[in-house]
Amino acid sequence: MSATGINWFKYSSPQAFYPLAGRMILWFAALAVGLIAVGLYVGFFIAPTDVTQGDAYRIIFVHVPAAWMSMFLYVIMAIWAGVGLGLNARLSFMMAQAIAPTGAMFTFLALFTGSMWGKPTWGAWWVWDARLTSELILLFQYIGIMLLRSSIDDLRRADRASAVLALVGVINVPIIYFSVRWWNTLHQGASVTITAAPTMAGTMVTAMLVMMLGFWMYSFAVTLARLRCVIVERERQPSWGKPASIPDVAEAR
Amino acid sequence: MQWGSVAEFLAMGGYGLYVWPSFGVAALCMGGEILAVWRRHAAALESHHDES
Repeated sequence: MSATGINWFKYSSPQAFYPLAGRMILWFAALAVGLIAVGLYVGFFIAPTDVTQGDAYRIIFVHVPAAWMSMFLYVIMAIWAGVGLGLNARLSFMMAQAIAPTGAMFTFLALFTGSMWGKPTWGAWWVWDARLTSELILLFQYIGIMLLRSSIDDLRRADRASAVLALVGVINVPIIYFSVRWWNTLHQGASVTITAAPTMAGTMVTAMLVMMLGFWMYSFAVTLARLRCVIVERERQPSWGKPASIPDVAEAR
Repeated sequence: MQWGSVAEFLAMGGYGLYVWPSFGVAALCMGGEILAVWRRHAAALESHHDES
């Protein structure tokens, strides 16, 4: 910190982070577009047709990255919620608030694309399998956290209550991840992504990982953009005291 | 590349009805989210100016 001469703590202030986030969004968005374009190209034009599942397997290029993001984002949201509770840092609570809708969106996508994959391969749109059920619970957790936040008018109490709910619910993430090992489920194991990679064509794994990185970059960009919304919205709360500073920052850019 | 024609590509070996909705809904969700955040930001800045 002292070596670079930059006071990083400056950026724990929403007003200072706002313009920095604006610059970061552009980079993450550009990376997201590039990576997703490459991932789709490799996934649809280079990766071969799967021997057993035919071309239905190509759903993996959106399903697995979405499912991973749904879990990663939950953990990151819970970490920010925990940091917020521990340090009473309002920007951390705002981060948690900004991540929840994107996490819910990816959870929905994981369930939807999974359903689209389940029908041709299992013969059912939905089964009450441990992996599917725990992922559905994750969707309800995201929705619950957002509803709890919006149901409490006092921002500080809303921050704390939703942070506690997010932290308690983090227990579901390892349950989702290990569900395919702990229970004898219909959902195929993590072997599809990691340990059985040698049985998957290299280009299939490449396309999936590139899509994964693209979804990460997308998530960074969109949650930072939502964070900026949250900062502006919350800045005008009377309890904040200085309602005029954000437009000044925004216009100064 | 294993696709002989555009029709073959769209058919996805008979699984087009499952593959394309997956990617289509993903694109709609992500595009919709970007649009929603964009509008929310504009609205937030707008009401901010109104108040000050």
